[in-house]
Amino acid sequence: MLSIRDLVTSYGNIEALRGISLDAAEGEVTCLLGPNGAGKTTTLFTIAGILTAKSGAVVLNGEDMTRLRAAEVVSRGIALVPENRLVFPRMDVEDNLRAGAYSRRASAAEIAADVADMYRRFPRLEERKDQLAGTLSGGEQQMLAIARGLMARPRILLMDEPSIGLAPMIVAEIFDIIRELNREGVTILLVEQNARMALDVAHKFYLIEGGRITFSGSPGEIEQDEVIQRAYLGSRQG
Amino acid sequence: MSYYLGLAQLIGIHTLLGLSAYVLMLTGQLSLGQAGFFAIGAYCAGILTVIFELHIVPALLIAALLAAFFAFLVGFPALRVKGLMLVVATIAFGEFVRLFFFNLSWRVPRDGIHVGPDSTNGFREIRYFVANGWSAWEITLFVWTFVLLVMAALWWTDRSRAGAVLRAVGEDELAAQSVGLSLTTVKVTAMTAGGFIAGVGGALYAHTATYVDHLTFTVLLATFAISYPILGGLSSVFGTLVAVIFIQGVLVEGLRFMGDWRSIVFGLLIVVAMNLKPSGLFDARTARLLRRAVGLRGGEKSRA
Repeated sequence: MLSIRDLVTSYGNIEALRGISLDAAEGEVTCLLGPNGAGKTTTLFTIAGILTAKSGAVVLNGEDMTRLRAAEVVSRGIALVPENRLVFPRMDVEDNLRAGAYSRRASAAEIAADVADMYRRFPRLEERKDQLAGTLSGGEQQMLAIARGLMARPRILLMDEPSIGLAPMIVAEIFDIIRELNREGVTILLVEQNARMALDVAHKFYLIEGGRITFSGSPGEIEQDEVIQRAYLGSRQG
Repeated sequence: MSYYLGLAQLIGIHTLLGLSAYVLMLTGQLSLGQAGFFAIGAYCAGILTVIFELHIVPALLIAALLAAFFAFLVGFPALRVKGLMLVVATIAFGEFVRLFFFNLSWRVPRDGIHVGPDSTNGFREIRYFVANGWSAWEITLFVWTFVLLVMAALWWTDRSRAGAVLRAVGEDELAAQSVGLSLTTVKVTAMTAGGFIAGVGGALYAHTATYVDHLTFTVLLATFAISYPILGGLSSVFGTLVAVIFIQGVLVEGLRFMGDWRSIVFGLLIVVAMNLKPSGLFDARTARLLRRAVGLRGGEKSRA
């Protein structure tokens, strides 16, 4: 479904991605693991069109997306749930959800139906629908950020460290949501540092270190402990 | 009476200047270049009525479109800088415009005298209103027609999806991009709209004052432009109007009797006002109270 080939992205002279290739299959959770500074967020930003690749290709269902801007990428079916739950803090919950549908040419009724659908999925958001998003708890903000991403009706959802800075109980809840979404058929590319939780939901994983994919496989195929160790600490490969 | 009418005209014109900065501030852009667009509007409209003897309405619209065009051009490089760097870049633009008009001399003979911008001597005799026998009342009405049109347009935009889009970019650029908004489109559109509004304000200013020179358009005027929406708050266009009335009506005019003490009290009162109402003189709470006072349902918001 989503296929990335030899992607190179740099910030000025510093190459953050040195040729990344990965595939995310339809209906699966694909997980990108790696230590801090390995290039996980850069990979997602490049796919989402927030950063532009120097070379390589991003292809979604055969359509080349490499040079598209963020706005065009979203309208072609790739939605990003950014790190640190970037909701619009001074807008209320419902307006945040509506914002998720900005890229769609949908009627007010369709959008209202999708908002209602999100409330069914996340009842806590309905309780808080008139509250400013900035006043929600961390877990609620993460739910809102995910729901806002879904409002774009994406073909694939990119999630950047949804567990970061959340209490363990909430992290478990967020992973339950990811599992539930996937069961309903949402394709997900998940970037995580919480490797243990991520490997639990992933169908396939890639390990990124120093801007390169150093390892990939399916959980269960290999010794999880080694992957987890490398995801947190990096390995001393040449 | 003519004193109060003059004050009403000034308040209207400064409201336009403040609103031009308000639109940009919704998208998180702080510009100290609004005096530049105001100057383009003033000089261009003046040249059109004085040298080309155009009617005031087309002159004003052409001047505003020219200011909007320059704002559009400034909008693209402005995308690359944020915060303080944008402030510095827009100051540079404002100064560039001011110095351009400082050097502009375009004199044509008319009825035995020369008219038009005369570089360092300023642009005198912008006498459209006087020459056509407009009364002070008519001029005031004319100014406020444009103020109300612009306020109505912005108020309506604010309640529509477009307003939410502007505010989304102002709240968080990354989140705005992740919901599929184009920062370029949104910010450049806001910059262009701001330029247009400042241009209208400048055109009206030149004709009510009948005389402008480069010293009118210094960075002090640009500072006023941003201080209105900052003081009034960004919850609605009325905040800017309230702030202009407060600063121009109450502080500048009302404190005249204090003589030299005025400047000190002026600054002090702004500090006090900002401490008492940190989210603006006209914040969401004031708006709610006001709606309740005039009998509308408070707290309810309409959705477009």
